[in-house]
This record gives sequence, C-alpha cells and structure tokens, in this order.
Amino acid sequence: MLTDLFSRWPLIQQIRTGANGNGVEAMSERTRNLRPKTDGAEVARSICPYCGVGCGQLVYHKNGKLVSIEGDPESPISRGRLCPKGADTYELHTHSARLKKVKYRRPYSTHWEDLDLETAMDMVAERVWETRERTFQETKDGEVLMQTTAMAHLGGATLDIEENYLIKKLFTAGLGMVCISNQARI
Amino acid sequence: MAVTAFLTDSTLCIGCKACEVACKEWNGVSEDGLDWSGFSYDNTGAVGHSTWRHVKFVENAPEPGFGGNAAELNSWSFSSDVCKHCENAGCLEACPTGAIVRTEFGGVFVQPDICNGCGYCVVACPFGVVERNPDDGRAFKCTFCYDRQKVGLKPACAKACPTESIKFGEIETLRADARARVEELQQRGMDDANLYDPTETSVGGTHAMFIVRGDARAYNLPPKPEVPTIYLKKAWTASAIGAAVLLGGTLAAFLAERPRSRR
Amino acid sequence: MAENHPVGFQWVMEARERGAKIIHVDPRFTRTSAMADIWVPLRAGSDILFLGALVNYVLTNNKEFREYVVRYTNAPTILRDDFKDTEDLDGLFSGWDAEQKKYDPGTWLYRSAPRKDGREFPGHAEAGGGHGKDRGGEAQEVTNFDWDFSMEDPQCVFQVLKRHFSRYTPEMVEGYCGVPKDVFLKTAEAFTSASGPEKTAAICYAVGWTQHSKGVQIIRTAAILQLLLGNIGRPGGGILALRGHASIQGSTDVSTLYDIFPGYLPMPFFGADSHKLKEYIKKHRVRIGLWSNFDAYIISLLKAYYGDAATKDNDFGFNWLPRVTGDHSHYGYWLDMQDGKMEGLFVMGQNPAVGAANGRLERTALSKLKWLVVRDMVETETASFWLDSPEVKRGELVPEKIATEVFLFPAAGTAEKSGTFTNTQRLLQYRNKAVEAPGDSRNETWFMYHLGRRIKEKAKRNPAPKNAGLNALTWDYPVEGEHREPRVEDVLKEINGWTVSDRKQLPHIQNLKNDGSTACGAWIYCGVFPEANRNRANERAPKDLLGHGWGFSWPNDCRIIYNRASARPDGTPWSERKKLVWWDKDKKEWTGLDNPDYKKDLAPDTPDNLDSGVGVTGLGGARPFTLHSDGVGWLYVASGLKDGPLPTHYEPLESVVKNPLYAQQNDPAAQKKERPDNPYAESFGDPRYPYVLTTYRLTEQHTAGGMTRTLSHLAELQPELFTEVSPELADEIGLEHGGWARISTARATIEARVLVTRRMRPLWINGERIHQVGLPYHWGYKGKAKGDVVNDLLAISEEPNVRIMETKALMCSVAPGRRACGTGGSPVPSEQDQDSLTAPDFVRAEQAKPPVPHGSGRLTWL
Repeated sequence: MLTDLFSRWPLIQQIRTGANGNGVEAMSERTRNLRPKTDGAEVARSICPYCGVGCGQLVYHKNGKLVSIEGDPESPISRGRLCPKGADTYELHTHSARLKKVKYRRPYSTHWEDLDLETAMDMVAERVWETRERTFQETKDGEVLMQTTAMAHLGGATLDIEENYLIKKLFTAGLGMVCISNQARI
Repeated sequence: MAVTAFLTDSTLCIGCKACEVACKEWNGVSEDGLDWSGFSYDNTGAVGHSTWRHVKFVENAPEPGFGGNAAELNSWSFSSDVCKHCENAGCLEACPTGAIVRTEFGGVFVQPDICNGCGYCVVACPFGVVERNPDDGRAFKCTFCYDRQKVGLKPACAKACPTESIKFGEIETLRADARARVEELQQRGMDDANLYDPTETSVGGTHAMFIVRGDARAYNLPPKPEVPTIYLKKAWTASAIGAAVLLGGTLAAFLAERPRSRR
Repeated sequence: MAENHPVGFQWVMEARERGAKIIHVDPRFTRTSAMADIWVPLRAGSDILFLGALVNYVLTNNKEFREYVVRYTNAPTILRDDFKDTEDLDGLFSGWDAEQKKYDPGTWLYRSAPRKDGREFPGHAEAGGGHGKDRGGEAQEVTNFDWDFSMEDPQCVFQVLKRHFSRYTPEMVEGYCGVPKDVFLKTAEAFTSASGPEKTAAICYAVGWTQHSKGVQIIRTAAILQLLLGNIGRPGGGILALRGHASIQGSTDVSTLYDIFPGYLPMPFFGADSHKLKEYIKKHRVRIGLWSNFDAYIISLLKAYYGDAATKDNDFGFNWLPRVTGDHSHYGYWLDMQDGKMEGLFVMGQNPAVGAANGRLERTALSKLKWLVVRDMVETETASFWLDSPEVKRGELVPEKIATEVFLFPAAGTAEKSGTFTNTQRLLQYRNKAVEAPGDSRNETWFMYHLGRRIKEKAKRNPAPKNAGLNALTWDYPVEGEHREPRVEDVLKEINGWTVSDRKQLPHIQNLKNDGSTACGAWIYCGVFPEANRNRANERAPKDLLGHGWGFSWPNDCRIIYNRASARPDGTPWSERKKLVWWDKDKKEWTGLDNPDYKKDLAPDTPDNLDSGVGVTGLGGARPFTLHSDGVGWLYVASGLKDGPLPTHYEPLESVVKNPLYAQQNDPAAQKKERPDNPYAESFGDPRYPYVLTTYRLTEQHTAGGMTRTLSHLAELQPELFTEVSPELADEIGLEHGGWARISTARATIEARVLVTRRMRPLWINGERIHQVGLPYHWGYKGKAKGDVVNDLLAISEEPNVRIMETKALMCSVAPGRRACGTGGSPVPSEQDQDSLTAPDFVRAEQAKPPVPHGSGRLTWL
C-alpha cells in the first residue's frame, strides 16, 4: 500500500512517464475518479414547464432525489436544447424558498400558521360546502339555473390537462360553479 | 481519446444566456449577485469565479450583414465567453501546487481539492478568466465539463445552446468548420467576420475558438494574448543585469572606499 | 420569438441560414430584431392598420394566390345587399345597436342563406366570449349560397374586402404606424412574394398581438393575409401562436374557462339556451362539416361526467349543468369580488396580485373574500396580500381588519408529477413523474380528487335536487401509493373516451356516438389513448420531420391542420417542393407526409352537397376547412365575432391620436369596465399622459415571475425592474441612464431603473414625434429579484370576443427620480379620495409635484 501511494506521487510518475507534471500524473484521487453526477441515475422523460414550445426534458434522479434536469436530444421539437428558464428547471424544484407545509392565515390574523394537510383539506371542503349551501340557485324565473356565482376558480396555464379536466368536472359539472377562469385565452 | 474544443459562433448567438444557466445548474455554481448593471441586458458582467460562461451584449452602431434594414438601424450582437483552455496555459504554468492540470481532452482543469487559493493563476491568465472565490479563496473557472466529457457527454453549455452558437467537438474538425464558416459569412457580405484562435501568440491556440464580426476586443477577446512565462527570459535577464549592476556598484563602492580607509 | 421562445427560434435561425428572410415587427428592438433582415418598429396598437395595408397591397398588386383564393376561401361568396361596411358607416358595420352596445349580425350573413331559426345568434346575445361563439356557421343554414367565381360581383367578399381596406395605404402606415413608406414597401414586397404554389411564409405571433382591445381582429387580419397568399394548411405556412405557458393550449382545449366545456363545446347560457338538450343541440349543431356530430360530442361528455346516471330520459343530465348568466371571466368576477359579491376563491398556479391588470384592484378585492385557497410552489404575492402588499404598507388594508381566511397549499413541481401538457402546436406530451414532491406538496389531480371525494360524501348524505349532479358525478378514480394519488393516466383515458358497455378505449373521433353508448371527456383529444395500454402522448419515437411518433397532435395526430389545402382541388400537390398530403389514385385514399386532415376516402372529385348533405361528406372532395359549414377559409366571418365580420383599425382604449380612418375611435364592442377604481385617461391626446406605453417579457424571466424570481440563476440575470427609453426621450425630460424614473398612468405610479437605448426609438406620427416607453413586467415584491408591479399601471378591460385585457398599448407619463413612498407602487386616487388617504404629509407633498415638466394643470396628484 505504501508503495502504491509512493508510485502515485506526481514526481515519481513524472520521472517514470516522462510527463511534464501537468497532466494525468498530477491528478488527485478525486479528479481521477470524477464521474458526472448523472452516472447511475434513473431518468424520467418529461417536458419543460415554462413556455408553450414544449421542449423535451430528461429528469435524472437517484434514490428519490433529483440530480439534474437536461434537454432531451430525441425531441423533434427541441433537439436537446433548452433556454435559460428550461435549463433552470432543477433549481425550480430544489430551491430553498419552496413551500413544503400548508400555511394558514386565520381571519384578522397578522401571521401565518402551519396546518396539517388533511385538516386543511377538511376545512376547505367545509368552506366550499357552506358557501354552496348558502348561495346555490336552482332556478330563476322558473328556468333551470343550477349555479353559484359566489365561488370562483383561477388557474394557471402550467396545469396539466388532466388537472384542468378534473377542475371543470368537479367545480362546474358537480358544484355548479360558473366563475371558472384561466390565464389562457385562445 | 479525442482532443476537443468549443467553437462559439457569435453570428448565431441570440443572447438567451441558456449557456450561463446550464453551466451553473450542472456545476452547482453559486449566484453572482443581484445587481442591475445598466449595460445592455448584461447583469453578470464577465467570466469569473461564479460565472463560467458569460454572454457579452454589444449594442453597436449599424453594421452591414444579413441584408435588410435591421442592421442598418441598429446592431445588437451577442457572444458567449468562456475559459479559452489555452494550449500553453498561463494559469497552469503558474500554479505552484499542481492543482491545475491538463486533461486528456486538452482542457485545463482546476482541482478544487488541491487548490490552496494562492491566486498565482489569477494574475497569470492572459484572458482574466480565473478568479478566486471570496468565501474560501480557491480559484474557479470553467471545467470544460471534464466529468461529462469523461463519459462522452457534451459540456452542459454546448448541449443547451438553442441555436448551436456553441459548438463542441474534435478540435481540428472544429477548426476546419470554423474556417469554412468564416469564408461563407464573408461571401454573404459580412466582410468583417473572422476567427479568433490565437495560434500565433505564445498561448499557442486555444480550445475555445470564436467567430466574431469586427474587432474581437468588443467581445472581451484580447488581440495578442501572451502567456506570462514568455517574459521569464526577459525578466531573468533584466534581474541578472540589475543584480550585476548592484553587485558591481557595491564592489565599486568598496573599492572606492579602500584608499580612504588606508588614510 | 428569440426573446421569449429561444428554443423554438432555432428553426427560424436554421431557415435564415438557408436563405429565408426574417421580418420582425415590434415597437422595440429585441433579440429577435437583432437576428432579422427587416425590423419594423411601429406604434403599439396600430397593428390592424399595418396588416390591413399588407392586405391592401396584395389586393391592389394582384399578389393573391388566385386559384387557392377562389377554391379554398369564401372570397367568391356574395353578401346580402343590406350589409354595410365600416367604409359606409364611418367605423361601424350595419347592425350596431348603440343602446345595447352590441351588434345584431343579421345583415352580415351570406346572400340567400336562410337565417337559422332560434331567438338569437349564437355568441352574440349572450354574455359569452369568443369561446362560446358561433363555431362553424351556426347562425345560418348551409345551403348553396350565391357565388361569383370571377370574384367581380360588387357584393362578393373579395370586392367587399378590397373596398374595406382601400384606405389602408402605405401613406397611412407612414403617418399613423410610424413606419416609413420605403420600409413598409420593402416589407410588403418581401412577405407577399411568398404567394403561389412554390413559396410559403409563416406568421408567428404572441400576446403582443392578442392583448389588445381588438386582439382577436388583429389575428383575423393575419388570417386574411395568409389565406390570400395561400399560406394556410401548407408546409412552411400558417399563423403560429407562440403561447407563453406550457399548456395554454391545453387549458383552453380542456378548458377551465367559464363559457366552454372541453373541446370548445358551449356552456348553456341562461335565457339563450333552452333547458331541453334537443333544442340546445339544434342551436349549436351545424349540419355540414365536423360540427355535424355536435350531439355525439356533448352527449359523450355528459356520459363522462355523470356516468350511468346520465340517461336518455333525463337528457343525459343536461339540466344538472349550471347556466351562464353573465361575464364570469377573470375580470368579470373579480369586479364582483371587489364589490363584495363573492365568498370564496381558488387560485392554482396563478399570481393575479402581480400578474393581472390593475394590480391594486386585484389585491384589494381579495380582502373582500371569506376564504381564499392558493396552491403554488412558493408563497406568492396573491397568498400573502394581507401581509405585505403595497396596500398594507400604505395603510389602505389593515391585516387586523381583513376577514379573509387563507389556505396556502404547497404544490408539486413538474418533475414530481405525471401529466400532459398540450404545447403551442396542439401536441400532447405526457410527462413521467421522477420523484415524490417534498413534504405536503401534492399535484392538483390529488387535490381535486380528495376535495371532490370529501364534498361528494357530504352530498351523499343530502340527496336534494340541487345535489343530483354532484351525486351523479363519476369520481371513482383508483388511488395508489403512500399519498393515495389518483393515477393520472386514468383521467387521460376518460378524456380520450371509451364505450360505456365494456370500457374499451375509443381509437378515433369517428367512434363517438350520440346515443349515450360512448363517454368522452374532450372529443378533440379522442385517439390519444386508443387502447388500454397505449398512451400516445407518452410515445417518444419520432420517425419523420414532422415528428410523428412523438406525442399526439389533435385532431387525429395531424401536425398541420387543414392540410387538405396543401393539394390542388384535383388532389395533386400544388408543387413538388411544397407537397404535404395528396390523393393516391391507386389506393383511393388521401396520403402523404402528414396524417390527412380530411376524410380518408373522400375523393377529390366528389361533388359537394351543401343543400342537403351531412357531415364532412357533404363538403365533397375539395373543401379543406372541415370545421366550417362551407368548408372554406373565412376571409369574412358572417357570424360569431362580436365586433364585426372584418378587422377594422380602432385605436387603443388610451391612445395618442384620434382614429385617422373613422369617427369610431375604439372597438365599439370592447368593454372598458370604467369605474373609480379602474379609471382611464381620455381616449386620445390626454395631455397628462403623453407617451405610448407597452409592456413585455424578457428571455431570462417568465411572466409575472412566479417560476423565476425565486431562482438564483435567473434572478441574477435580470435582477430588477427597468424601463427602456430612447436617448431622445431621456434628453427631453432629463432621464439619466442607470438612474430612476417614475412611470404613471391613470391607475398608478411605479418606479423603475432607466435603461437608455437606441433600441427604443421615437416615431413620427402624423407629423409629431411620439415617444414609446417599454416596461418588462416580471417583478413583484417577493422573491429574489424585486421591483414594482408593472401591471398596476394597466386598466382592466375586455376585448369583446375572448375578454382579454389591453396590456400592449396604453398611455403614460414619465418623470425622472423615484416615487415618494417606498412601499411598492403608489396609487393615483381620484380627487375626492385624496383626503381619506393615510400617506404621511411629506409623502403627499412630494407626490404632488408634477412628474411631467410639460404636464397640464389638470395634473393634481401623482
């Protein structure tokens, strides 16, 4: 082991190989073992969440953690390339300001409180139910109305089509909410 | 193992900065500060310890090219700067700890586990690329994505570039491509298109070449970059002369004193 | 395009390298202009004048692609004799009801077209926007209209079009767009050279065209231009919307909008639509073309919604659907919210406190709610309006007095969920989940499913008639994993549709039935999940240039819509160079490089039968625009647009000039929603606001910044709000490069750093030098990169057809220096409001200084 260590000494290597002392012989253990961080990672095929071009992305992940998000060279749209926003998708998921808990603000309060997810869901369901009970109109002038205009939804256009489908289905076809909007205007 | 290079073609650059971000994402480079500069759309300033790829924005007087009136009214050109990975690298020659090495791909790589932050490389770089991180003092710059190249991947910046302004490949192939491209651009009326690849100076060529229009200095590319070690001979000669003069003077002083002391 | 869609721009760059000419029309010189052959700076909001002049150039110089125009557009169609154009009525079309401020399109119809029975024209009487409009010719019965294929009849569309645009001249463009005549002519020559069999040209646009009080008509003008040049349905042609979000297209296709269901099916309108399904279908079905199966589309949707409970006897649950009673769009209901008429609001992945027009009103309205649910990846300005908004800092809102209960849920990021985006080219691309979202973050599928489950449990205990639809709603999505997450593909399968009896996936739109035997959540997406184990949105094996094999493009994986138009009427390609689909005589079917957007076996020589034919077959073999009742592209839109059948130049709601063409200043049907908390400058020439203001985006940030301002690698690239002004304007009012400027509109004053650049340039408008001021709008008061909220400057306004707001052309004043109160955007209250303001005296004294050196005496408080 000692000889091994000795033989890796740059000076010895340099003398042995006739190198100039700046190349591989001067590399540290870390440098020699350097591998890309995506080495051995699993990859999921995804699509960039920013603009509407729809560039392909490869999401590298290891042990349940994101490792890197890069362009997908096979995409006929983007050919592996990304813009600065798309190139920052990894940070979008991993930056420190991301929310991880439900935050709750009581009426008239001046601060946030943490709230358990299931409790929050129960409370929201309760609020929706109460407002609907109070404001739902079945008819107007004897004609079918079946709506409430007291609750609204506003969605972003980074929602998936499946999510949008469920939003319209539950809110409009189920609850009778008509105030449904999205930033999309085609 | 192929010796590789970047060829950055500024006539294809749209100034999007994907290269800056892709580099930072891959290499985990930290934020560069949130200062608005007012220099066109450039808020990261220059290549440094926390910006390894940097897009230069040049708002210029009109210049001919691409036909039409866009260039007649204004010109706005962009070019992505990076470590040149010189054939004779000043930083590498200056490094006293062996922290800077040349990789099998021809790139110049600073080993962060060896670097002790002495800063000799910083002053030795003819392009002003290497910079010390103010936190721990170690020197940082483009790694040529050595880790990626090891497994045959393109550097992150070249992979992300939407318009292939940053090309990456085997160095001699790229050199030939670059010459052909410059010729083509000139034929299209861009007489000022030229290849920046300082093979004639002491850096002996670089592993990051640039196609630019007009004076390369506008893009932070010095006209005659030299490796500081070429001044060594001159410096040593000058020191030797200086030392000799000093020595001579001293001796002369002693010799001149002698008769008086005898008095 | 280089600025906001850099990766899409690679194709433009490649085309440029191969000799294509790039023309960029934009008030400011951007990264796109830098790559273009011709840059055309024009006055913001003068687009229809500019495009109309191009149309006029085509018509006066005979540049149209004659055979295409005659056969594939409605140019030969003859209009009624009582139709009056804006040329006749000084800016209005016939049918204008000045009292009700809306059009009756009765006189717009084609001559000899029987008006369809029914009380009203679809899309006109109702509160609905353009999404609920006449889909394919609902207003008139399709029969053999009168045509003149020589296109010489003075009432034919071609001649009407000529007259309509005859005053849109290069001189007019020079005078009122500010585009020098030679630049215009060079542009016109270059663009219109792409006419005929051998050449095509594409138009790419984004919200610089749509966010105007006449946005839809700007796009319509582009459509007219492209139809005249034969550039629709052909490779290299088209009008390509560059959508700013990953699934803007998807959010409209599978809509979360108030006036349409998925697949652009109209919501029933109270009063206008019958409570009988049969009548509703009769009104909206069009006998000929793809809309003839309207009944199958809506009944299959009702089956997807209500499952077995939807039966023929109960009209498939049609009367469980709510009726639309007014303007329930974002701005429509937000004003109701401001007036205290609403209780609750869900905001998912949106940040209206910063991202919507009139930010002060947007934020204040939130304080009138009982409860607010926000779902996002970060704490947005919307979620914390009660905590740190400018209104709180100014004392206008006091947290202790705000009753709103706020729930802020952490949302999963894109890599943490599976699901489909529909990109800007109608391509569905499925994403595969890579990792679990951190902590309590969940996706919206999870949220909606578990919310719905809870509410349905409550409804189950209460079988009242009003809960019938809720109880019938199918919500049986199996869940999996630790978080009990529904399988997203199950939802996509429902969207695709299945046969009810055996739940077998439907492979094609043609399989949809009107008898309740099929269920389908969005008819246009049918075919994306054609078999139980085949998700075409997740296929990743492109096999040709158009990318077939990668994702799924609706309808039926056609990559270029209306591609039948790429072949001559006889079925052969217009040219070898531009071939796309053609008729294979031997196999007797349409074939080619794309999936034919036509009935596969409908031979080109099949005669049309508009009199009594049904569906696509009724169109015959040479009418490519299958969504239209007459199967041709519409230069003229007989019904469905609320502001006229032809695009007309109207000035922005706030403008520097009087409309040079007509007495009618603005789009007559646009809604200003003017009220004390949404004030306007005078409609033109208001001396308080002498400069044209336009807002836009930069490459390095995204919309209102929710997904970029918090990220270090993007925040550092554009860390602060700045305004771009020309050296001439800077000189005129003493702005210093790198210093500060205050920018004011009738709504607010904000401050920004000053970037003086030649890329902004004054224009000569009607002999006067007019300055344009540019403001990117990405910033807010949270995140890493901060700045005043540019959208505070905008008014809430609504384009008549889709209710989009005007953000790209308005009037402002600019003055050097910072605004007085350092609290993020100060309001400009009305005079009577002044005394009630809580701003300290020194602040008010400072603000009382007029920001514009040559401002008028009416400037009281800025």
